[in-house]
Amino acid sequence: MKRFAALFTVIDQTTRTSAKVAALADYFATAPDEDKLWTIAIFSGRRPKRAVTTTRLRDWAAEAAGISLWLFEDAYAVVGDLAETIALVLPPATGSADDSLSFWINHLRDLGDSDDEARKVAVLAAWDRLDTTERLVFNKLLTGGFRMGVSQKLMTRALAQATGQPEAELAHRLMGNWSPDTTSFATLIEADDPAADLSRPYPFCLAHGIDDLDALGPVTDWQAEWKWDGIRAQVIARGGALHVWSRGEELMTDRFPELARLAGDLPGGTVLDGELVAWDGTAPLPFAALQKRITRKTVPKKLLAETPVILLAYDLLEAGGADLRATPLQDRRTAMDRMLASLPPDAPLRPSPLIAATDWDSLRAQRGTARQMKAEGLMIKRLSSPYQVGRKRGDWWKWKLDPLTVDAVMIYAQAGHGRRANLFTDFTFAVWQGNDLVPFTKAYSGLTDAEFGQITRWVRQNTLQRFGPVRQVTPHHVFEIAFEGIQESPRHKSGIALRFPRMLRWRQDKTVDQADTLDHLREMLAQYG
Amino acid sequence: MATPVLTLTDRGLYCAAGDFFIDPWRPVDRALITHAHADHARPGHRRYLCTDACMPVMRHRLGDITGDTIRYGETRRIGDATVSFHPAGHVPGSAQIRVEVAGEVWVVSGDYKTEPDGLCEPYEPVRCHSFISECTFGLPVFRWQPQTIVAAQINAWWAENAAQGRVSLLAAYSLGKAQRLLHLLDPAIGPILTHAAVENTNAVLRAQGLALPDTIRITPELDRKAHPGALIVAPPAVLGSPWARRFGPLSTGFASGWMQMRGVRRRRAADRGFVISDHADWAGLLEAIKATGAESLYLTHGYTEIFTRHLRESGHDAHVLATEYGGEDGDDGPDTGDAA
Repeated sequence: MKRFAALFTVIDQTTRTSAKVAALADYFATAPDEDKLWTIAIFSGRRPKRAVTTTRLRDWAAEAAGISLWLFEDAYAVVGDLAETIALVLPPATGSADDSLSFWINHLRDLGDSDDEARKVAVLAAWDRLDTTERLVFNKLLTGGFRMGVSQKLMTRALAQATGQPEAELAHRLMGNWSPDTTSFATLIEADDPAADLSRPYPFCLAHGIDDLDALGPVTDWQAEWKWDGIRAQVIARGGALHVWSRGEELMTDRFPELARLAGDLPGGTVLDGELVAWDGTAPLPFAALQKRITRKTVPKKLLAETPVILLAYDLLEAGGADLRATPLQDRRTAMDRMLASLPPDAPLRPSPLIAATDWDSLRAQRGTARQMKAEGLMIKRLSSPYQVGRKRGDWWKWKLDPLTVDAVMIYAQAGHGRRANLFTDFTFAVWQGNDLVPFTKAYSGLTDAEFGQITRWVRQNTLQRFGPVRQVTPHHVFEIAFEGIQESPRHKSGIALRFPRMLRWRQDKTVDQADTLDHLREMLAQYG
Repeated sequence: MATPVLTLTDRGLYCAAGDFFIDPWRPVDRALITHAHADHARPGHRRYLCTDACMPVMRHRLGDITGDTIRYGETRRIGDATVSFHPAGHVPGSAQIRVEVAGEVWVVSGDYKTEPDGLCEPYEPVRCHSFISECTFGLPVFRWQPQTIVAAQINAWWAENAAQGRVSLLAAYSLGKAQRLLHLLDPAIGPILTHAAVENTNAVLRAQGLALPDTIRITPELDRKAHPGALIVAPPAVLGSPWARRFGPLSTGFASGWMQMRGVRRRRAADRGFVISDHADWAGLLEAIKATGAESLYLTHGYTEIFTRHLRESGHDAHVLATEYGGEDGDDGPDTGDAA
């Protein structure tokens, strides 16, 4: 644990990516295999199961610190991080421990099988043997929320440095269905056959945003598609089984039972990349419809009938068991179209259509119709490009529509968490309905740290009322709220729900009476909903 | 019940018996000042009274003010009140102010810390009936390490930077924290450079006998590349500024009690956060309050509501006092108070 805590400290103390990678690479070069495997698991979102509820942890921490639970909770509200709050309020440790990361993780997992009293004794004993940083790490492992400024990509780069293996191959090895219980460091990282696992997806190729197409050269070098507002997914048909992976590396096969038949429809050894969308027979349904499906692990028949899901496929990564990623996009596309043409017409899979264009201006015009097409904009992909690993600049571009915007009044504020602890960053906005301000959305992002600091001071001085952590503030500040879509929502007081709302600008030049009205939002709903 | 010794007015804490204010935030006729930080020592009062160790810095900051000085422990009669100043351990010259009227004793803590820092006059508990205490760090998550440990962390960071050819930039408030850090630095590691705002304060404090290590003032003429392995002490405002970038490859550090919280540390965009404060931590506040033996407690500047509730729960007669030091709300501070 000391080695891992030291790694945590170095990473926490720097904002330099190169320093983070160096510290990780050093860790991978020196830590025991079992610890390395767990470290990889933790940084790729494969955390040990939570053995203790956070409610119990709060009780125990307050008790050990000799403070009331409300005081602990108030301190937590200020610190904004439960694991850290616990680490800080506890009295200094009376002992120390030299055990490894894996030891502590196994120790935590054993707790899952014991009763509450035994868990408490074990956790208190652990806290008493760890210093503040080790406690923080331990608590993060306990509570399961491990985010410390290291992305999977950064971790993979460090692992590549430490092992001498190419980054792209490592990225592929780390994909899919493994956990430290089902593999070893040697099998996962060093074994000869990286494709041993039939369910393993490829690392997703990701696009950068673009505003100016003139730099892209002749339009004939490019392929254009609609940018769908669904769930990016790989559908894998291998060995008679079907697997569906999200971009967040979540296995979603069971959530979409209608796709199961593709195991038979598709030839063996096929991997398709595309977008899962709820489908009304001719066009995608709003994202809200798909959302109902994502949250269900098992799907009721009625919901399955109302919001059937299909894959709009746009890339073929594997055919006949062969990795096609190095093949140019236009050839992959041709092969995909040929494969999909032979599918039964009722298969829950269709090619995402290509958009023909002879010049950039005609694409510009077509992009303008994206909302009618139920799309967010266009994807522009270089015809000659391979399927890259991760977000590489140059071949794939997303060309999104300008967001819709509305001027709204801030009426409630709440402090954020983590890096934004102690800062008011979560706001509720309202528009006018007659003389009333009707709340219609929340937004958390879009301002600079300096602006959040400024608004935080203002909120403190202009609080009208407190509802727990939420403060009602004087209606005074107007913000331009940007969003990608608008839908009807009976669950909201305003009757509407926005997609991806965020603060585009703080309109200090506007007064509250210049904010928009609910009628204006309803007009937008009629036009774009 | 008789008039309280001190009452809160829109101009600040007021003593009717002596017709004076303590650390007022609007201009008054007579102001008793606990220490020279800007939220306590404001310009525009007709007459000032502070410790003799506080006056030079206050003159340096406020210009040609009119006023008297007083030694620690000396008593002075003002109207029907008797006042005396006692070390607060916050910054050089800082004081708690004791006010006695007809046998009733009140103490205004100003800002204070209980750990002796080896530089300013160490904090002294003063017995009283009513204690007006700051509580900037009045939450149980604030627990300071002994300053020798923090000093070792800072010196190790500096030495490592020097070895790697980087200049160290340590951000700290120019009065108090900067000198405390200078006092903790190991001059054997390399040269110490100071921003003009820090060095001007150093000059005032050196003139009154404060022992600080040798420093080099940063002027426009200074050859910035001529001091490899240097450590710069500068106010927090220079972090990320063009002024700082001209020194070449830098590692930045920020020294403040707020650095205890990881969220604030990350937001500050400094490479390192050193947890060191000139305010009392949670245990220090409780210890100080206990040592006064006060029957009534008034809490200002910090997590007042939370801290007051905790004190009440422990059987104290405690009240929130809404002053204008820092902010009146409990969670004000980490991004507004550089002094902490």
